[in-house]
Amino acid sequence: MAKAVAIIGTGQTKHGRRSDLCYPDLVREAVMIALEDAGITLKDIDGVVLGTMPSMMEGVSSTHFYFAEAMGSFGKPVMKVETCGSTGQSIGHCGFYWVASGMADIVLVVGSEKMSEGDGQAAMTTVFDPFFQRTFSAGAPGVFTMQSMEWMYRFKIPEEKGREAAAQISVSNHDNAMDNPYAHIRMRVTMDEVKKARIITYPVRLLDVCPASDGACAVIFASQEKAKKICKKPAWIKGLGFRGEEFFYGESDKSIWMSATEAAKEAYKQAGIRNPLKELDVAEIYNPFTYQEMVFYECFGFCPRGEAPNYVLKGTFTKGGELPCCPSGGTLCTNPIGATGLIRLAEAVLQVTDKAAERQVHGAKLALSHAMGGIDQFNAVTIVGSKL
Amino acid sequence: MSKEEYRIVKGQVMVPYELALGRTWSTFYDYLKEEKIMGKKCGKCSRVLVPPRSFCPRCFEDMEEWVEVSQEGVVETWVYVNMPFFGQELKIPFISAQIRLDGSDTGFTHQVAGIDLSDFDKVRETVKLGGRVKAVWSKEKKGNILDIAYFEPVK
Amino acid sequence: MAKEYRTIRNDVALPYKWALGKTWARFFDGLKEEKIRGTKCAQCGKIFVPARAFCPECFMDMTEWVEVGQEGKIITWTLVNTKYYGQVKEPPYIAATIQLAGTDCGFHHFIGGIELSDIKKVRQALKAGAKVKAVWRSEKKADIDDIEYFAPIK
Repeated sequence: MAKAVAIIGTGQTKHGRRSDLCYPDLVREAVMIALEDAGITLKDIDGVVLGTMPSMMEGVSSTHFYFAEAMGSFGKPVMKVETCGSTGQSIGHCGFYWVASGMADIVLVVGSEKMSEGDGQAAMTTVFDPFFQRTFSAGAPGVFTMQSMEWMYRFKIPEEKGREAAAQISVSNHDNAMDNPYAHIRMRVTMDEVKKARIITYPVRLLDVCPASDGACAVIFASQEKAKKICKKPAWIKGLGFRGEEFFYGESDKSIWMSATEAAKEAYKQAGIRNPLKELDVAEIYNPFTYQEMVFYECFGFCPRGEAPNYVLKGTFTKGGELPCCPSGGTLCTNPIGATGLIRLAEAVLQVTDKAAERQVHGAKLALSHAMGGIDQFNAVTIVGSKL
Repeated sequence: MSKEEYRIVKGQVMVPYELALGRTWSTFYDYLKEEKIMGKKCGKCSRVLVPPRSFCPRCFEDMEEWVEVSQEGVVETWVYVNMPFFGQELKIPFISAQIRLDGSDTGFTHQVAGIDLSDFDKVRETVKLGGRVKAVWSKEKKGNILDIAYFEPVK
Repeated sequence: MAKEYRTIRNDVALPYKWALGKTWARFFDGLKEEKIRGTKCAQCGKIFVPARAFCPECFMDMTEWVEVGQEGKIITWTLVNTKYYGQVKEPPYIAATIQLAGTDCGFHHFIGGIELSDIKKVRQALKAGAKVKAVWRSEKKADIDDIEYFAPIK
């Protein structure tokens, strides 16, 4: 690893439908909270990294231009990084590399989205090429459902078992979100309600999928020296990993998903983790779809391939289980896409610095955060810990 | 905060594009006009890719060899789409699927149709993962992916 | 060879519903009443038109509203003579940066009310620093077009 890098502050907006604010002001809300959390001012920031979904989402291209004032970047170097759903993690990686290189002491990383302002699925069809794939686009639900079906088929998971486990995941995440004041969807659901909800793309139903949220998140990265000077309880970056696959769907096997598996392996190697299920205290996974969440559990080595439904039904990943997943309620309850991957990191940081309030997993010291981008194309993982 | 302050401005952004297909994809569409489905084979790893690429994504080498693949294949995965969004090209409900044609080493995206799509339960009985499908051609060829109208389940 | 240089036409049209937020909504409401209001930073004293919710330099919320005059000066201008898809005005027309008296920043708008056929005459009328005044549209929609253009004045 390069130089040690810490996270000294985080900030999130109250996510949901934020028609009360124009988009730049929403970004600023998160930045202000992060600055206060870190106990610093804009003067201390050496550089800014911004990420959002591609410009078609809100119809203003070059969001890093649009938010220049809102992210306090006047007179500072700015970088924009965009990897669709994994943007939030990619911008974190960029902030890390910037500080780790020794070229900056403190970097502000900001991710945001205002889903209420555009037609998300329509905008996302532009990710597909217009020659071969766009015609058949069924948005995110289409892709993730196809992947989940392929996984259940490959590992011979009976439909009822898959359905039961996915419903359990929905119930857990919704319960967890009740303890998160920033979450978008805060309502309890029952197994029955999940299994009978309106069909989106069979077998995926309404309560198996994430909402479209407005929200922003800001995270402040600092060098070891700076962190030790100004932060009482920094979180330390222990490992990160990122892998990409081909653009054309149908070329790689998404049921064993190389990019997710290898991104996690890389992060584990850097963090010195051999048994993730035992060694991690919390996992904030990118989980917009309940069924797909199980594919991630397997790719990250939390359980053997094909076994995720069994582990879910045993309660392994609930807040009281062996490895609590998404105590924040996850992406399933809050999804402002450009911010989402960064929110996963911020939540992991809050967990290992004992600042997660009602959603705190007691004694958490090592946490994984993750996000996925594109048409099942990119996966990014960042592991943080309380110890250097 | 009064409702009045939550002012929303409606707008539309329309942007026109004219995209170059390049030699490989132009040729692929020319073959579709003749009702042939062609892939390209990598000289190094021997994989056959449909749609064809001008280079192998794994070996990063130019792909020169054209190979005709079967018009029949296997459904690797599928999804019944009943969700509307602005500017959708196909009318809902439709079935988006990954189809691996015999002779190809990759799946490719298209639709399964030619069956009654109105009743989802009936659809589930007919369209299965691992089930076989066959290409059905559009009468009029426009030089796009819908020159193959759809893939129909084979008895 | 021509056969290989095939292109396809692909247009993307996407609908949006943008939230204005309190500050911009109030600014546009002012335009409806033929009033131009800016916000003032309590820390540095700068006045911004269009109004902003926070001072870009001090990063502080700006809550003080100030009505400014409708006259100002041209910072810079150009005669637009090219077409592009989705243009709001048919060329030729003049795009300019204008600073209203009593404010501390410029903003974009159109210059109108002058003969455009002779570029020499245009250049005479529109030197940098030339004075201009807002001309209002009769029908208002509470958007930036409620000011139809800025016209040069003696």
